[in-house]
Amino acid sequence: MDRLLTPGGGKSHLLLGNEAIVRGALEAGVAFATCYPGTPSSEVPDTLYRLRKESPEAVQYYFEYSTNEKVALECAAGAAVAGLRTLCTMKHVGVNVAADPLMTLAYTGVNAGMVLLTADDPSLFSSQNEQDNRFYARLSGLPMLEPSGPAELKQCTTYAFDLSEQLGVPVMLRTTTRVNHAREAVAFDKLGKVKTQAQFKKSPFQYVTVPAVSRQLHLKLLKVYDQAQTISEQSSLNFITGKGKLGIVAGGVAYNYVMDAVADLDAAKRVKVFKLGFSWPLPEKALVKFLKSVDKVLVVEELEPLVENALKALAQENKVKTQIAGKGPKLFSRAYEFNPRLVRDTMAGYFGLKYKATKPLKLDDLPALPNRPPNLCPGCPHRATFYAVKQVVGDTAIHPTDIGCYTLGLLPPISMADFVICMGSSVSSSGGFSRATKQKVVSFIGDSTFFHSGITGLVNAVHNNHDFTLVILDNGTTAMTGHQPHPGVETDKIGDPTTHIDLEGVVRGLGVQHVTVIKPFKVRAAIEAVKAAVDYKGVSVIISKELCPLFARRVAPKSRKPFAVNLDKCKGHLDCIKKVACPAMFVEDGKAKINPLQCIGCALCAQICPENAILPVKAEA
Amino acid sequence: MKTQRIVNVGVGGQGNLLASNLLGQAALDAGLPVVVSEIHGMAQRGGVVESAVIIGQAKSPIVSDAEADIIVSFEPVETLRILNKAHKDTLIITNTRPLPPFTVAIGQAAYPDPQETVKILAKKVKRLVAFDGQSLAEQAKNPLSLNMVMLGALFAHGDLPVPVAAIKKMIKLNSKERFVEANLRAFDLGFKTAA
Repeated sequence: MDRLLTPGGGKSHLLLGNEAIVRGALEAGVAFATCYPGTPSSEVPDTLYRLRKESPEAVQYYFEYSTNEKVALECAAGAAVAGLRTLCTMKHVGVNVAADPLMTLAYTGVNAGMVLLTADDPSLFSSQNEQDNRFYARLSGLPMLEPSGPAELKQCTTYAFDLSEQLGVPVMLRTTTRVNHAREAVAFDKLGKVKTQAQFKKSPFQYVTVPAVSRQLHLKLLKVYDQAQTISEQSSLNFITGKGKLGIVAGGVAYNYVMDAVADLDAAKRVKVFKLGFSWPLPEKALVKFLKSVDKVLVVEELEPLVENALKALAQENKVKTQIAGKGPKLFSRAYEFNPRLVRDTMAGYFGLKYKATKPLKLDDLPALPNRPPNLCPGCPHRATFYAVKQVVGDTAIHPTDIGCYTLGLLPPISMADFVICMGSSVSSSGGFSRATKQKVVSFIGDSTFFHSGITGLVNAVHNNHDFTLVILDNGTTAMTGHQPHPGVETDKIGDPTTHIDLEGVVRGLGVQHVTVIKPFKVRAAIEAVKAAVDYKGVSVIISKELCPLFARRVAPKSRKPFAVNLDKCKGHLDCIKKVACPAMFVEDGKAKINPLQCIGCALCAQICPENAILPVKAEA
Repeated sequence: MKTQRIVNVGVGGQGNLLASNLLGQAALDAGLPVVVSEIHGMAQRGGVVESAVIIGQAKSPIVSDAEADIIVSFEPVETLRILNKAHKDTLIITNTRPLPPFTVAIGQAAYPDPQETVKILAKKVKRLVAFDGQSLAEQAKNPLSLNMVMLGALFAHGDLPVPVAAIKKMIKLNSKERFVEANLRAFDLGFKTAA
């Protein structure tokens, strides 16, 4: 059985931050969990899914991958209002999708512990923006906890359930990539008892948020805020270390950088650090006391100056003269994540402390290094679909695209991504592009993303008589974030007891008149289908259906039959390489070659080669 | 105890995250304080993958520029690219077998001469261990065991506080049964050849 399901406590394990969240939730007796996956949060739901699949006898929680974050939060809300301990997880931009229910769920409150994970991504390792979701605590009025590493993360997750029950509202757990994707020793406590069955008690004047009700609920939420602030003032998650007249206020992973800097600067007797773990509501009294006890304060917070501005306001109200700084020239930036050296240098500069850092190497004499951008895998069906579309519309069409592996269509030589802002935007923005211009519009969306938020955009397009072609890249899974199931997945392939939703049926049901299903590796037929779809006046949809090869390897393994270039036939046009850039191909002596270890035999290049020089490798006799 | 900051770098699919994870588990098994960090997601589609293992009292999960004590690189161009993390006393352990990115395949960029690369590295840092780790992985009869070869070289040169027995235990515990022997063989080949 997995170590995460160990019933007893005591032992420490090296856990990923996201695994620590799972253990923390299990120790709290979580009964219900929903999510939409997204980096850096994905291993939380993936672990819950895996544990349930591997050890159905040992887990008692219900878990689902929901269609999108709004759905996940609403589904979780039902369970939590009914009275089950509930976990709901998403990445930072997912909270935007879930923001609508979140704002008013804060009003109604919940009847059992409910924890909402927001996994932020400073420096945008795998995201379209680096928004600071600490704003959501302020916007919703809900409490927020911000642990610094996996060990604290487990502890905070368990505590968040208790806190939520104590206050009667959801609690937000805010992490960043460096907390989700760090590993450290995490000490286990006992698994919690799980209450798996609830009995909903009707109370429409609490849960039906018509204006007359909500006016009262808002006042109730403000009282909850005051109550939460009292708890924050006394919370052991907020504490002071070190002593001296130089002050630091820090939370999240930045606290770790600060503590390393204090050690490096040998400044434990000069620098006093206020660690902010219960970060909203702010423990204002404790912070004012801290401000009064030091001469100057540096606020070390990634992204926006939320704590810094709050401290400045508190200082003004309380007539505290202590100098407070955080963001600004020679101080911290509002962009990108921090690192230990940056924090140490900034602290040394602001406090006038000395440190002899190691010198960077002189690197201006290095040869030019070839870039290594991420790329579609060998045998990725998206590559074939992009190729077919390009044969029809060339470089002239506008290509709104969406969030998934196919966003990599941005890179040359494919270069077929013109606009993406969020999940689902490919479909809706296509209407705008096609109405505003005379250019052809061919947009791309993945199957999972289509179910997430493409459907409403397509309804809009059909209803309002827009004119564009939508290509749904149906690879049967949620590939980018690690092959999570979605409503369109063929459930028998993965042995899930969920119900398969037929993508083509949905598209036709939405009123799309021109729908074609293509197999992208049948290149000629695919091109013909694209031509017909692009010529159609109105909304046309192409469903390009082929399993993600990484997913297929797991669920429907086939023997791999690699191709090779016949070097006698190859005349070195290199169309195969220049047009699709498959990572299994390379050039040697002016001719194309195929790495047999990487080629999976999709045969796309064989159909592109004007000399028919690319053939399957004959099995050795 | 001296803090050791180790950065592992490679290309998606080379098993760099597993190497860091195993080292982290071995350190914990040996009772040492350790933090590991990794990056998941989009970068893994054939892009550069970096992870870090910090053994000792430090709390930060990442390593800043010019602050790596050891860099273990699975690919020679990536060794050059990660030199911003090194200083003159950094120990660099690098595989010399190129894995050219597709930007080279489509003629957008040139791949620097691997022998030149080793010469450049030797001038930049005092301690360099450069060898064809991929051929050792092949010799171990698991071409995907480069990560084990590189771990072997790290244990031979890194002066780590982690005992070899601890990492071998983790390799055994975390390898699929049919790969255990090949992986241990790869570790030993890396340990001996690089020594």
